[in-house]
Amino acid sequence: MDESVAAPVTGSSALAAFGEETWQGRVRVEQVGSTYVLHCAVGNLAGLCERLMSGGEHMFATLVVEDESVQWLLTYVFYPVKGGAFTHVVIRQPISERHLPSIAAVVPAADWHEREAADLFGLVFDGHPRLGAFVLHDGWSKSAQPMRHGFDIRDRSSIPTRRDVPEPNRSLDAPGSFSMPVGPVFSDLAESAHFRIETLGEDVSRIAIRFFYKYRAVEKLAEGQPVDRALLLAERFSGAAAFAHGLAFCQAIEDIAHLTVPPRAMVLRAMLAELERLRSHAATITGICNSTALAVATSQAAMIEEDLLRLSAVASGHRYLFGMVTPGGLAIDLPDELCRQTAAEAEVIARRMARLHRLLRQSSSFLDRLEEVGATSSAAATLLGLVGPIARASGVARDIRVLFPYAAYREYPPHVPIEVQGDGYARLRVLFREAAESAALMARLAARIPGGPASLADIGLCQGAALGAVEAPLGAAFHWVRLGADGRVLRYRIAPPSFANWPGFQFAAEEFAFQDFPIILATFGLSNAESDR
Amino acid sequence: MTKWVWEGLTSGIRTTRYPAREEHTPGVSPGRPRARQGNEASRNALAGDCPTDAITAGEDGSAIDYRHCIHCLRCSRTTSPAVDWESGYEWAAEAEMARVAHRLGRFFHRSLNIRFVDAGACGACMGEVRQINSPYYNIHRLGFFLTPTPRNADILLVAGPVTLPMQQALRDTYEAMPPPKRVVAMGVCALSGGVFGSGAAVAGGLNDVLPVDVMIPGCPPPPLAILHGLLVAVERKPPQPLISPSGGSSP
Repeated sequence: MDESVAAPVTGSSALAAFGEETWQGRVRVEQVGSTYVLHCAVGNLAGLCERLMSGGEHMFATLVVEDESVQWLLTYVFYPVKGGAFTHVVIRQPISERHLPSIAAVVPAADWHEREAADLFGLVFDGHPRLGAFVLHDGWSKSAQPMRHGFDIRDRSSIPTRRDVPEPNRSLDAPGSFSMPVGPVFSDLAESAHFRIETLGEDVSRIAIRFFYKYRAVEKLAEGQPVDRALLLAERFSGAAAFAHGLAFCQAIEDIAHLTVPPRAMVLRAMLAELERLRSHAATITGICNSTALAVATSQAAMIEEDLLRLSAVASGHRYLFGMVTPGGLAIDLPDELCRQTAAEAEVIARRMARLHRLLRQSSSFLDRLEEVGATSSAAATLLGLVGPIARASGVARDIRVLFPYAAYREYPPHVPIEVQGDGYARLRVLFREAAESAALMARLAARIPGGPASLADIGLCQGAALGAVEAPLGAAFHWVRLGADGRVLRYRIAPPSFANWPGFQFAAEEFAFQDFPIILATFGLSNAESDR
Repeated sequence: MTKWVWEGLTSGIRTTRYPAREEHTPGVSPGRPRARQGNEASRNALAGDCPTDAITAGEDGSAIDYRHCIHCLRCSRTTSPAVDWESGYEWAAEAEMARVAHRLGRFFHRSLNIRFVDAGACGACMGEVRQINSPYYNIHRLGFFLTPTPRNADILLVAGPVTLPMQQALRDTYEAMPPPKRVVAMGVCALSGGVFGSGAAVAGGLNDVLPVDVMIPGCPPPPLAILHGLLVAVERKPPQPLISPSGGSSP
């Protein structure tokens, strides 16, 4: 998206009319490529966002903050739930002015984005109920604003150390109530995160979460890096979804540089993305079986996951598909025969998963732990802006592969399974159904692989910014990249699906029994590595 | 429940025979680059294409420091001629001081409790360490057990570049373990910080925070490499050099 080539929208566009009629010219609408950009004054921000969200027509994707030399540039990215064009609400204000209105009350999905920007940039979102100590806590100085341009992330002396003891922020004051701290080191193989569970003995009344124990400042590290180095970060901040995130980053680069990826690469990219989805879903299913202590099912699911890891390694040379995607295509071409074998093997594994699903459906002790547990209503999922399989288990049918088709998904649209109950069992069913669909899609893709190269021979980079959107295994992932004139990354913003879905977990786990907590955690299957970055 | 018993029995034994026999099933390991002689131009090309400077061009050949190799595979795909590639997974190395100060002793050879701590690991190391408990690798047959409590642990197994908020948590976990105890760092992030190591948000490797005894390189190290590292920690397997060709500067 280069603003110099922007042409004002004329007449017919609904959004342009919206800008002129409703806001009497207070909002300037322009069309940049396939994106609507709404420039608005700070005072109109909350009203405009509320208008966009009204009627449930838009979802919030991400907030991109850029601190230019004299002004803040904030881009609130929305997308229509029925597909179409992304809508960017852009506001500018002088760099000395750190206060701006919070939109969290009208766009709940933006809540965490504002909290993050407050910590990392030192912005103050007026009206937000709880700012501070979100990303930066133990070990980080209160004055550090690591995403500001002046902050040198490579200078270790720039971070004075401190140690926080989580303050007992209790909300329950009743006889017999207690609060149970869990983490950051807990369970035997859990990711580092802290939950404080407040309970009256059986039912959980409130869960306070403290994340970002794994904050590695990935987006800051990418700044000033050439694209091929930033790609290493895009893949490795969440290794379990490395291909999806690498692909989103590469799509942003390709958009900036106006590159058209060869058809063969489009098909192979979709195949590898589905292989990763299949493996990721198998891993989540393993976690769910393990959380209910169903040993044989856990073993069966773990073997399926390992077989998919081996299959990935045979196909790509790496068990987690690292190093496969590059701007312009793929790092290596995969022979047609290898693709067909991989797809055939994936179908065999999918049949084993179907068998596991059948056995699980007949295990009443297992179903008792999942049914009606951790329920998330369709309304809650919509309000919180949940994405991916979690949203689809609550009847919210949103999938980036269908809304904004990339790779080969336009020619090969996936069937997107929906469940409406929103409980743990619905989430499990969605995972099994999506896994089966991924294997079927791989077979359809492998049957007709176009010839030609698997990568562009020459890639010329240019200045600009773009958004790459993919449906990662855990849901919609948005990677915003701005490149400078030297082809290096100026600003990188990742909005991963786990970041969008954790508030949903917090919401779902309250009001349920204490011993359901690990099961609800497993059915959400979220990643702290992906969320924390 | 009988159907689960039947399901388990009919699956048969799938467990690897490693360490008694080598495991050769395709896909158990991505392998890794190997140092080679080559002419000066190819040595320089290899070193130039390595994004983490794991490969350096020396006088009489290129050298690879596995503490920095992040398995980007660019040396085998982009560079021409490509680097030599070796299969295998016995990658774990031992720190010099470990030999004397941190020995666990014979009693631990077949009864070892492991506490895993995630110090900022991406999902890949997490996924591989989960597999060591699964039927394919089954560490129980070796007398190894994952334990949720550090009070019961002999080994602290750590993945990730050690983010700032995890440093105190790691020290507390280590302090809570009774001696004798050993620290095993798995994955390039824990060895050198990996791609995140240049940032101040992480320690740049576990050694900055705790005394590391055994190092398992790899990005991520496959389950068999983790197994090898644990076997090295209890002296049931010999350690391997961290630098190829061996005989280069020691860690």
